[in-house]
This record gives sequence, C-alpha cells and structure tokens, in this order.
Amino acid sequence: MADAKVIPFDDDRSRGAAVQRPTRRRGAGSRRKGGGEQAMARDVGTVREVQPLAGRIPAQEDVHVTRESPETGAEQPHDDADLERRVARGLAFLRRRLTGDYEVDDFGYDAELTDQVLMSLLRPVYEKYFRVDVKGIENIPAEGGALIVANHSGTLPLDGLMMQVAVHDHHPANRHLRLLAADLVFVLPVVNELARKLGHTLACAEDAERLLGQGELVGVMPEGFKGIGKPFGERYKLQRFGRGGFVSTALRKGAPIIPCSIVGAEEIYPMIGNAKTLARVLGIPYFPLTPTFPWLGPLGAVPLPTKWTIQFGEPIATEGYPPEAAEDPMLMFNLTDQVREQIQHTLYKLLVQRRSVFF
Amino acid sequence: MLVTGVARQLGGRFVRRIQRDPEVDRVVAVDAVAPEHHLGGADFIQTDIRQPSIARVLAESGADTVVHMDVTGTPLGSGSRATVKETNVIGTMQLLGACQKSPNVKRLVIKSSTNVYGSAPKDPAVFTETTPPKSLPSGGFAKDTVEVEGYVRGFARRRPDVAVCVLRFANILGPTADTPLASYFSLPVLPTVLGYDPRLQFVHEDDVVEVLRIASHEPERGTLNSGTFNIAGDGVLLLSQCSRRLGRPTVPLLLPAVTWAGSLVRTLGMSDFSPEQIRLLTHGRVVSTDQMRETLGFKPKYTTAETFADFVRAQTPGLLPPQAVAAAVDRIAALPVLSGGQTPARTATNPPTQSAN
Repeated sequence: MADAKVIPFDDDRSRGAAVQRPTRRRGAGSRRKGGGEQAMARDVGTVREVQPLAGRIPAQEDVHVTRESPETGAEQPHDDADLERRVARGLAFLRRRLTGDYEVDDFGYDAELTDQVLMSLLRPVYEKYFRVDVKGIENIPAEGGALIVANHSGTLPLDGLMMQVAVHDHHPANRHLRLLAADLVFVLPVVNELARKLGHTLACAEDAERLLGQGELVGVMPEGFKGIGKPFGERYKLQRFGRGGFVSTALRKGAPIIPCSIVGAEEIYPMIGNAKTLARVLGIPYFPLTPTFPWLGPLGAVPLPTKWTIQFGEPIATEGYPPEAAEDPMLMFNLTDQVREQIQHTLYKLLVQRRSVFF
Repeated sequence: MLVTGVARQLGGRFVRRIQRDPEVDRVVAVDAVAPEHHLGGADFIQTDIRQPSIARVLAESGADTVVHMDVTGTPLGSGSRATVKETNVIGTMQLLGACQKSPNVKRLVIKSSTNVYGSAPKDPAVFTETTPPKSLPSGGFAKDTVEVEGYVRGFARRRPDVAVCVLRFANILGPTADTPLASYFSLPVLPTVLGYDPRLQFVHEDDVVEVLRIASHEPERGTLNSGTFNIAGDGVLLLSQCSRRLGRPTVPLLLPAVTWAGSLVRTLGMSDFSPEQIRLLTHGRVVSTDQMRETLGFKPKYTTAETFADFVRAQTPGLLPPQAVAAAVDRIAALPVLSGGQTPARTATNPPTQSAN
C-alpha cells in the first residue's frame, strides 16, 4: 500500500517541466503546450492520432461533429447547407423539448437531453481540460449487462462523469453508462434532477439489478465517500470496497465485472484538510480544504487541469458460478479482493508510465 | 357483491360496470352519503362504514365478494381531514370485522395506493411490491393506507379461506378523476419545487375499473388474483414534461416556500396540497408492474403518457398550449434569413433554461 508514496506529486511536476524526454511519443506535444490554448488543442489532436484503439475512428468522427457545432455558429458559416441542416435539427429539438414530446425511462434517464445537451457540455471538459486518454475500451462488451467498477477520487465526483463521456464517445456502440450515485446526490436540489436525466440512479442493489437485467452498462465506485474524500497524502491507495454488494449483484445477474482505473482525478483538488465541524453542520460527509479552496472563493473551486488516463481492464466473468454463489460471503470477499487488486495494480502501472501530473 | 365508497365517481363507475358481468347476481352499494350519479340498478344502502351497522348490512346482503373502495385521500364535498382518516382507518376496521363474522365472504378487494411506499431520496428508483419503504409516511393519506394494509394483512391471517387482493394504484387520472393530483394539474400555474423534477406514473380510470373487475371475479386460468399488486400505466412522465404537455407554466419555488404555500392554500381550502403531495412532487415515485402483468394477468389499456393525454384533452387549455409553442418554433424555422450566429446559440442555451422553467 505504501507504494503510492513513491510517485510524489512535486517530483512528477519537476520531471515533466525540466526534463524533456524526446523518446516518449508525446514529448513534443507537451513542450508545445506551454504556448497556450491553441497549442493544447493541437496537442490533443496529435495524442488522439497515435492512440491504438479499436473502434476509435468512427467514434471520433461523431465527436467532431458535435464539438464543432457551437464554434462554427459563432464563426462564419462556410457550408450553408450543413448549417441549415443543423439549424433545422436544432429547431426540431427545441420544438420537442418545449412541447414535452420526449421520453424518459423508469429511472428518469433522458437520452435525448443527455446526448444533445449535457454530453456536449461535458465534452469540452473531457477533451480540452482533462485531455482524457482511454485505454482498453474493447473490454466493454458491445451489448448486454456489465458492471464497471472504478476507483473514486477527486473530492467532487468528476471522475464518474468523465468515465461516462469516455464510454459513450469511445465505445464503438456508443453505449451509455448508467452510474450508481450516493444518496446525497438525490437529496441535493438541481444535482438530483441532472443526475437522473443523465441516467444515474441510487447505489442500491435493487436499482443495480434492475439496470443489469435490462442489459444496461452500469458503473459503480464502491469506495464511495471514503475514496472521493480521502486526503491528498493517500492518493491512489484504494479504500475498502464497501461490503462487496456490487459483486453479489453482478453474480445474481451473471454480468461480467470490468475493473476500471482512473488516473489524474486524484490531483484535481488536492485535499490537504477536512473541516469536519463545518461538514457536520452542512450535513455533508466532508468539507474539503485545498490549497485554493475556500481561500480564493469560487475561483478556488476550479479544478487543476491534470492529464487523465482511464483504463478499462480485462472483464472478470461471473457466469460460471451457481445461483447460490451470491450468498457465499467467502467467494464475495475473494472476488471483491480480486477486482480491487486488479484496479490497484493497473493504477500503479499507469502511474509509473505517467510522465507528469499535468501533461 | 358489496361495494363501499360508491358516492365517488370511480365507485359509481365500477358499480355500473360490474352489473353487466354475468357472474354478478346482485350488487349492494354502500356509502355514507347518497351518490349524485345513478348506480345502474344496484341496491344502494346508505350506511356509514364507521358504524357497526355495516355488519348487519353485510349479513343481510349475503355477499360473497366485498370491494372496499372507501380508502381515499380527499373528503367528499365538505368534510375535514379527521373524517377522512376515520373513514379510512375505522371504516376499514369495521368492515373487516364484519367480513370476519360473515361466513359467506370468499373474496375481498381493497383499493390501496402506491402512497404506502412514501417518497424519499434514499428509496430505490423503482418500487416492487416487496420493497420496504425507507421512511414510513408520517401522516395524511399515506399513513392511512399503510394502516389499512396492516389491518388487511391481519384479516388475511385470521381468515385464510378468504382471497384477499390489495391493489396499490398509482396516481389515478382521467377525464373525470377528482384526485388531488388532478386538481393540482388544473391550477393555472403549477408551483413546483426548485431543483427537483419528479418522475410520475399515472393509471387511467378505465384501467382502474377494469382491474377491480378482474380482482373481484374468479381468477382466470394461469393467473392469481390474491395478493398485493402495484397498478400503474407503462412508462414515466417527468413533472416538467407534464406541465409542457398540459401547456401550463411552472413556478419553481424553494422547498420551504412550497411547504408554506401548501399549508396556506390548505387553510384557505382552495386545494388539497398535503405534505405527502409535496413529497411526491419533490421526489416522485415509480413502481414496478411486473406482478400485475405476470401474476394478475392484467394489461393496462393506457400507458402513463396516454393517460395523461386523455386527461389533458378534458382540461381547458393552459396559458402556453403546446400547439401554440410548436407553431411559434415553426415560425422561427420559417424565417427566410436565419443568421448563422443566432440560431445555434438559441438551441444551445434554450433547453437548459426551459428545464429550469
């Protein structure tokens, strides 16, 4: 467990800034980025191209279209027919929304709003700000239920949202990830509304089983508040995986478990302290104190622009077990540990490969 | 057959419908007040089910099926909440006591409500019949239904020879429904809770009558009509969708303000905006209807959306009719020159503001 300390934050940064490594394939890109935003965008482009991912090309085309729509609108329209089509589509969308002529599922998931609006809002953060690298997307099945289990970090659950964008934009089937969220999410006004529309639901066995039964891709972060609210010194050290309820749910539905490791989210809000009394007064599990928050006010709540990597691991099959296996505590603990170890190992591996926190 | 609560629209419709079935010889309709609608030839006996006289009525009628529909949230005409509660709870106890005494009774159908699940953010998204509520309803109609179901379970234990069917209805809507939610939707401007968009489920009046009919007859082959069943139309509507389809603008208020406004409106007697109603309009409630389909063998004719559409047709148009809104958007689309910068910006910014609307 103490291994995480061998990759300290400051060391990373100095290495990234001072020592340039031309042997690394992205060395040139990161050097150019000092120039400004434009360079950063170009850098993202180059990084994208060298990524050897299956099903990558069609997904990227799709991303391209959506990403450009607001920009071309602001600049001069060079393709009139294209613009007209987009305007017509936008108006048709507006018409449907204003007259309430759209569908939501039992969980309140609004596929249209998610695709057209909410994803387009998250995508710039995903592509430009955190510059997420996705690996192992081929481990997610094209159809049928599967449970993605990921580490949780970063004070605010941005990692879950980025994982959702990653799955949707990179998977050849453009699958939607249905995240299981803490009950606090559904208590807070506005947040609960958006979470439901994004397809999230409460992290409980009933909802997870129902979603898996419908053949959905379900994402869970079993560390919960222990993971997301841990101090910066304990970064990339997985916390206890709840009571392993996710394993019994997957066993009952025979859904494969896909371990997922997210690197980069730990450093977006380095939590150096926790105002416990204030948290208790506000009724939240922790109140983060970072080098910038709350000292700089709202400005301090801007996350650090770290470079992220999301790696989906080899699926762990759960079909072979007999039906009563879900009730076997020993097996559950073993499987939970197996998933946990796999995520932890991948985290270490990715951390060793990482050149810098920010590039 | 003995039916209680016939002075209400739904009870009246059920009594008229059930008499057309060949299995039914005679229907005795019971309520504390005389109904304004005709009962299609059923024998009406005016008696208060809160009084022990209901036992005599049941014994004299010799009914083998009892359909208890007098579990309701709103008073009929003028009446206080205390009377409603007494009718719900004491009335059910008296009726069950009468049933226990009667050797003829073979079947008991109770009209309950999905209110028994409550509405809380910590509940699972979809309730099944066996989901225990995380927070028991603290008062009002929801608590009544919980207590009524408790007494019914006790009765079912004491009289295992009686087939007991508890039907938990989602929000009942339709052209003539007189439920609290229907009166809420007929407000000119809908007050909502800021930052919450509850998921709602509706069941059509016609389906209510039909499922009550199925439950009060012998079960068909391969189905079972004793037990507890959730009854709701397919699908879900968000409150924001409802308001847009209805064409009534919403006014989002902070939760404390809604609670305060609710109690003010209640005091003035304009609308029954009870605390459990506010909880429903904050967190919403969705139930699973698998048991209804597979065990009871009932397929609702109307989905949630169709039920709502049928309800909307019977309403006077709101301030922002969807047709007018659609026409306005079409007019924008028909503008000869669309400047490139303006329209995509509109489409990008409008939906979020609308969702807050």
